[in-house]
Amino acid sequence: MKAPDFDYRRPADLPAALTLLARHGAEASIIAGGQSLLPLLNFRLAAPQLLIDIGRLGELKQLTEGDGHIEIGGLLRHCDLAASPLIAQALPLLHQAIGHIAHPAVRHRGTIGGSLAMADPAGELAACCLALDGQFSLLSARGQRWVAAGDFFQGIYETALAPDEILTAVRLPRGGPGRISIFDEVARRRGDFAMAGLALVAEAYSGTLHGVRLALLGVADRTILAPSTMALLEAGPLDQARIEQAVELIAGEADPPEDPAYPPAYRRHLVGVLLRRTLRRILAEAPG
Amino acid sequence: MSIGAEVPRDRAKRLLSGRGKFVDDIDLPRLLHLAFVRCPYAHASIGAIDGAEAMALPGVVAVLTAADLDAAVSSWRAAHKLFPGMAAPEQSALARGVARWQGEAVAGVLGESRALAEDGAERVSVDWQELPAVMDANQALAPEAPVLHGDMANNLAYTAEVTAGDTEAAFEAAAHVVEEHFRFHRHSGISLEPRGIIAEFEPGEGRLTVHQSHQTPHQQQDLYARLLGLPEHKVRVICPDVGGAFGLKHHLMADELVACAAARLLGRPVKFIADRLESFMADVHCRDHEVRARMAFSGSGEILALQVDDLFNAGAYGQYPRTSIAEGNQIMRLTGAPYGHGNYRAGLRMAFLNKSILGHIRSVGHPIACAVAERLVDLGAAALGLDPIAVRRQNYLQGDDFPRTSVGGVELENLSFNACLDKALEIIDMAQFRREQAELRARNVYRGIGIATFVELTAIGPEYYGEGGQHISAQETCLLRLEASGTIRCYTGATDQGQGIDTGIQQVVADGLGLAVPDVEVISGDSALCPMGGGSWGSRGAALAGEAAMRAATTLRRNILAIAGSLLQKNAADLTIEQGIVLDATTDSAHMAVSEIARIGHFQPYSIAEDVTADLTVVERYASRGRLFLAGNGLQIATVEVDMDTGIVTPLRHLVVHDCGRILNPLLVREQIRGGVVQGLGAALYEELRYDPAGHLLTGSFADYLVPMAGEMPDIEVAHIETPTETSALGAKGAGEAGTAGAVGAILNAVNDAISPFDASIAETPITPPRLLRALGRF
Ligand SMILES: Cc1cc2nc3c(=O)[nH]c(=O)nc-3n(C[C@H](O)[C@H](O)[C@H](O)COP(=O)(O)OP(=O)(O)OC[C@H]3O[C@@H](n4cnc5c(N)ncnc54)[C@H](O)[C@@H]3O)c2cc1C
Repeated sequence: MKAPDFDYRRPADLPAALTLLARHGAEASIIAGGQSLLPLLNFRLAAPQLLIDIGRLGELKQLTEGDGHIEIGGLLRHCDLAASPLIAQALPLLHQAIGHIAHPAVRHRGTIGGSLAMADPAGELAACCLALDGQFSLLSARGQRWVAAGDFFQGIYETALAPDEILTAVRLPRGGPGRISIFDEVARRRGDFAMAGLALVAEAYSGTLHGVRLALLGVADRTILAPSTMALLEAGPLDQARIEQAVELIAGEADPPEDPAYPPAYRRHLVGVLLRRTLRRILAEAPG
Repeated sequence: MSIGAEVPRDRAKRLLSGRGKFVDDIDLPRLLHLAFVRCPYAHASIGAIDGAEAMALPGVVAVLTAADLDAAVSSWRAAHKLFPGMAAPEQSALARGVARWQGEAVAGVLGESRALAEDGAERVSVDWQELPAVMDANQALAPEAPVLHGDMANNLAYTAEVTAGDTEAAFEAAAHVVEEHFRFHRHSGISLEPRGIIAEFEPGEGRLTVHQSHQTPHQQQDLYARLLGLPEHKVRVICPDVGGAFGLKHHLMADELVACAAARLLGRPVKFIADRLESFMADVHCRDHEVRARMAFSGSGEILALQVDDLFNAGAYGQYPRTSIAEGNQIMRLTGAPYGHGNYRAGLRMAFLNKSILGHIRSVGHPIACAVAERLVDLGAAALGLDPIAVRRQNYLQGDDFPRTSVGGVELENLSFNACLDKALEIIDMAQFRREQAELRARNVYRGIGIATFVELTAIGPEYYGEGGQHISAQETCLLRLEASGTIRCYTGATDQGQGIDTGIQQVVADGLGLAVPDVEVISGDSALCPMGGGSWGSRGAALAGEAAMRAATTLRRNILAIAGSLLQKNAADLTIEQGIVLDATTDSAHMAVSEIARIGHFQPYSIAEDVTADLTVVERYASRGRLFLAGNGLQIATVEVDMDTGIVTPLRHLVVHDCGRILNPLLVREQIRGGVVQGLGAALYEELRYDPAGHLLTGSFADYLVPMAGEMPDIEVAHIETPTETSALGAKGAGEAGTAGAVGAILNAVNDAISPFDASIAETPITPPRLLRALGRF
């Protein structure tokens, strides 16, 4: 398990990186934290001729507060986000999720851009971005475009990224003070990729949930929204009966791949378990 | 006395500070790296192999196939004369004609770096013809199954049975019979450092020097000499630091032999370090048993009879040189061994099929033997409405029952089941657990407690392999050298893979001589320097190498005192040694330092009377007689919580009470037990080598093959009972199997106890969340 030979470049700034990508595109691969790419290289599942190390691009390491949103640079690492008071306060969903990503060693190298570009169906950050209706900045020598999380993830390890594009930033709308944010997942061991997980944001007025966005991870070929369950939850007051209806409904919205060790029916069951736990928690914590 | 003291091990300090020197840390001039073309199918015939494209790459030096190795290395068959009739198909270093599992090595590519060798391996084209694969033992033994080996009529490699009493009649007469169908899935012993070897052949002197991550340097010396046709004294096998072995590294591995053959053919040193993927594919594996068993009880809870049928597979061949029979054989001999019933019938069937070879991994057969019997005891107790602990106590062998040969044919010297149980119940308050369990159940929290009693086979005697026809030493020899300054070099045939046996031997020698522990240096792991011995496997270090060390120390001490007597004009019998000083045995008055005797012994030998045995280098040996094993015993109690929604099992508390006879060093024993428990918990809850129906391995990395990690592990409590064996002067038995032996049974019983309100049960390991929820009918 040793990677085949490759060239290596470490551009000093963003324009240089974009030029390299424009020139080499398909034969090149960006390397950020390397936590997903290096295993792929060593397993010889990927064999790019050139690695473009974006690790020195300071432009991608900014965390900024915009008008109604937070913008996270693509090179910020999981541990940077975990340590950020701004994230903890403005995006508690993300803050909760990061604790579930791997172990400290991986969190000290892995980046949000790499994680989203990798598009693992069980990626925590992808689910959070989808639940939060995030926008991704994709930049190339051809220009910049913003792509919604819902359009970005296209299948297992597949995204809207073109070979010459860099995911430079993620823009996540910040919620109002009363927003409920819950992230939960079930993994075999601490830090493992989840067998199933969910990311939920909503607002609660007088016993009913509004603006519900519920994203699932680990239960389809990509992170997905659960629109029918979202609609059901907004359709009337949250009570035990609605919770059980939602649990039943969400099993059908999950579409887990065949896997003899973790059969689809098991993952569907888990999503229901997680949703029940989440909604009961909301019910229990609801004022009055 | 340092024996019995908690002496920390020096080697651990070195390893923990990153100063380990493993095989892969060794570099040699002109070194070549070896990578393999491994069969991508579970079963395939091998047509033409074309290495031209690989050879065209710069940095690729050679592509070797079975035909290229013919002249350099002979083939072998894994036979064992104690198991006559066991099929032993021919094996070769590289697959010839047919590859029989996914991952079997078919060609070796040598390059200037491992990456270049892998580039070459990718470009070797092989004309494969996929053959139908057999992946399950039942399927392998079905009449229409494709047969793996041309010279066999079917895939049945061996079958055997042991019987005692009248089992049929006992079952018929019994008040209650419980039965279960168990499935123990395949896993392996996962060492942090994978297998690795550097082979260097010096054509001028015709000498092969091998550095290898291995447990048995002398066994490898013999094998390489015979298979490569070299005089044995021209083969030297050195085991540097070994990063865990667990039985994984005491076999002949075909790919490692290729490294030796290639070094000889090419005249350049060759390094092969198994990567993690090929470790999962081509290491020896363990378990993979399907067991049907039943137990008969009287109305009052007496065990009347036990029947066990074990169906398992050896993988594609038998493992060389030990064969793959031991796991089934130990299950057959050991199941129910703690209990006093007289009616027993156990049978095994071993099949060949298209998976990697089954080897001897830590606690060979024990976890299964233990889990099967202990689960049946719990089932019986439940059926009779009796306390499972009381049923155990009622049936344990005790007191006058010993010594005896068990119904399965295992010699039991003097085991302490009741004392272990008493100790365990002092530590764990069963009544309190039951109260808490009931309270928690009312709140939908499900906890369970499980107990598992085990017999542990250690320190195998020379008869097992001696009569089997293997060149495997069960005799241990120790050489002690008194240096001129009065310190000691101790050369042993036992090896240290991190378990700390070096420290145990150091203590034995220091005590035997009356020296301080730091005055003794232990040298091991070199077939040229160290006296012939068996290495380390099967919990033999303390019991066998320890005893040999004690004998050598006794002899050297006698010589030192004889010299002292001669110099002091005193009777040697009136002298003793303490803390490196020769004293008068009755008055304790100091006479002279051992260092002084050493100096005189080496540099002024003329001052010692001529009739004194003044050897300062002594050798003694120890081999047991008339017993195959030295049996220890113990029990484990586990408590767990089961999440009824997700199926996840969380171990809470884990207690081991263990009797390994005389304890050389409690630190070492506790480490052995804790490490063993962790491996046992791995088998119980996480570790499994899964294949798809076509025979492709699905668990080729640590993302899919789950090992227990610190975050999941409970605190493991260890307590001891000490019943020294009377078969040796030291009185030590082995301790390396115990943790693994009992953990699966304890967890299986604990999980079943936790889910008992739901009228569900599980008898399959690892207990994965989907398996458990399926047993509970929850999805
Ligand atoms: C043991 C282990 C456990 C893990 N467990 C989890 C887990 O539980 N949950 C989880 O979500 N992840 C997990 N990961 C993955 C981890 O989060 C990675 O950090 C992440 O998936 C990739 O980030 P990276 O910065 O390391 O990207 P890299 O490995 O450097 O790159 C990954 C891919 O993304 C591309 N890429 C990287 N950055 C950009 C960019 N800015 N623009 C465009 N393309 C880019 C690369 O070209 C490459 O194809 C685990 C990893 C390991 C090793």
